[in-house]
Amino acid sequence: MKDNVKREQISDDPRYKIANREALIGIGIAIANFLWWFGFAYGFGSKDVDKYHYVFGFPAWFFYSCILGFIVFTILVIIIVKFFYKDIPLDAEYEDDTKGGSPK
Amino acid sequence: MNWEVIIILILYLIAMFLIGVFSSKWVRKSSDFTNEYFLGGRQLGGFVLAMTMFATYASASSFLGGPGAAYTFGLAWVLLSMTQLVTGYFTLSILGKKFAIMARKINAVTLVDFLKERYRNKWVVILSAICIVVFLFALMAAQWVGGGHLMESVMGIPYVSGLFVFGMVLVIYTVIGGFRAVAITDTIQGVIMLIGSSILVVAAVIAGGGINNIMSGLISENPNLVSPFGSDQSLSPAYVSSYWVLVGVGVVGLPQIAVRAISYRSSKSMHSAIMIGTFAVGFVMLVLTLTGVFARVIMPEVSVADNTLPLLALELLPPWLVGIVLAGPLAAIMSTVSSVLLVASSSIIKDIYLNYVKPDATSKTVQRLSYGVTTIIGVIVFFMAIKPPSLLIWLNLFAMGGLEAAFIWPIVMGLYWKTGNSVGALSSILTGVIAFICFNTFISNPFGLHPVVISVILSFLAYVFGSLFTKKRFAAQRSEIVTKFWSA
Repeated sequence: MKDNVKREQISDDPRYKIANREALIGIGIAIANFLWWFGFAYGFGSKDVDKYHYVFGFPAWFFYSCILGFIVFTILVIIIVKFFYKDIPLDAEYEDDTKGGSPK
Repeated sequence: MNWEVIIILILYLIAMFLIGVFSSKWVRKSSDFTNEYFLGGRQLGGFVLAMTMFATYASASSFLGGPGAAYTFGLAWVLLSMTQLVTGYFTLSILGKKFAIMARKINAVTLVDFLKERYRNKWVVILSAICIVVFLFALMAAQWVGGGHLMESVMGIPYVSGLFVFGMVLVIYTVIGGFRAVAITDTIQGVIMLIGSSILVVAAVIAGGGINNIMSGLISENPNLVSPFGSDQSLSPAYVSSYWVLVGVGVVGLPQIAVRAISYRSSKSMHSAIMIGTFAVGFVMLVLTLTGVFARVIMPEVSVADNTLPLLALELLPPWLVGIVLAGPLAAIMSTVSSVLLVASSSIIKDIYLNYVKPDATSKTVQRLSYGVTTIIGVIVFFMAIKPPSLLIWLNLFAMGGLEAAFIWPIVMGLYWKTGNSVGALSSILTGVIAFICFNTFISNPFGLHPVVISVILSFLAYVFGSLFTKKRFAAQRSEIVTKFWSA
């Protein structure tokens, strides 16, 4: 029993560190995405319709929240995945051939 | 009937059929039948993974119900629809690598395989398999009904004949080709959706005389059509934001989506899938609902809002192009149903039959049964779709939110929280489903939110407290499971 507890603390699969970090990044992007979406939509859209500003023909709230938001977050996701997500092997046998080494 | 449109659609169905035949070669050659048939041998590349997730997710409502609601409510519904952008990156970031690695450690083929090893409890397995089969049945039938109505109202093909033709093609390619056929057809169907929706939005902007013109047309009809609150000001920020859970982050809990997160070849495929998927989901959802809003100015008198997009296509485009654009909703329906069909049949065969009925069945038996069960489910759904029983319609209302409330925590917490155990998982599944059905039936919008939000919160609490209260009792089992799932 004690052995197992000890083992669990020492030898978590090292790939999980990367997986956990990327899950947190995903949550981070989602929160930023929500704030952008909500902020522009209700920040600019809550006044009377006849006081709206327009960008490229669309009401400003809609343009910034939905159109620009889509473009900005698609590009952000591409940048983050390209530079912060790591390539790791997924196979179960991974432990056997890289014992002692770090993930490539 | 419009023959040019129908010929294009028939060519399209023939192509899907051929893909099934082509994929069945892999199934026959494969040494590991269930792995190939239900998971495509874990060989999906990035583009195919992105498209199959996107196409499975995009359904009849993306092409019919969504644009119809946008036609009714205006730009507010586009805002609501854009909550789906998050699914593109969130699902794979959360499940992604962890689920793929763990699934390989235990050689899981289905979502329930994972739950079975992670929680080691027969009731978790049986309850999950039942939830999956019941809810997915309802979901499939509803999609199928949507497809039949589309062919009837827009193309003039009698309801049952339309249903029969496209249902037959769909069932055949799914049955003979398995996951690989579904993934390849999904990819083609995803591309068709992207092309079809682009053509349609451009045509709509031109027909409406430019964006400025369309916006002033909307304002002169009802200024609220361009506000974020909807034409009748009924869409509150709290309600619209709830869709972040229902069609956004909650999608993590949908079995037909989650199973795709263990089907890819390498982390590289996953990375490109996140990038392509985010673009595809965001683009199609934005453009389709926006077209629905534009249609209000171009065709102010649509009586059945769900038919807005198909009618717009018929009004604006030459017939051969209508065929391509209308292949979009058909593709959305077929890709959803085929994926769901396979998940339902894998649940019956792998999760119930192989676990509890006959664990020592030979590979040949499993193969015959897989073809048989998939066909039978397809045929039953077809007959149900001819005259959908009211129970089915009732169940379909709960399918998406119910599945999410049931599975999101057993999956996510199972991956990230070592203390989570079978008591937590069972309480979470039961609480999620019951809360969702009760809130939907009795208090439609608690605190102004969609019922899914509160159900997901309750099922989270059930999971955490259920696991913590029984922590001591499960100490020995916990260390076994942790060793199996977490150690290198």
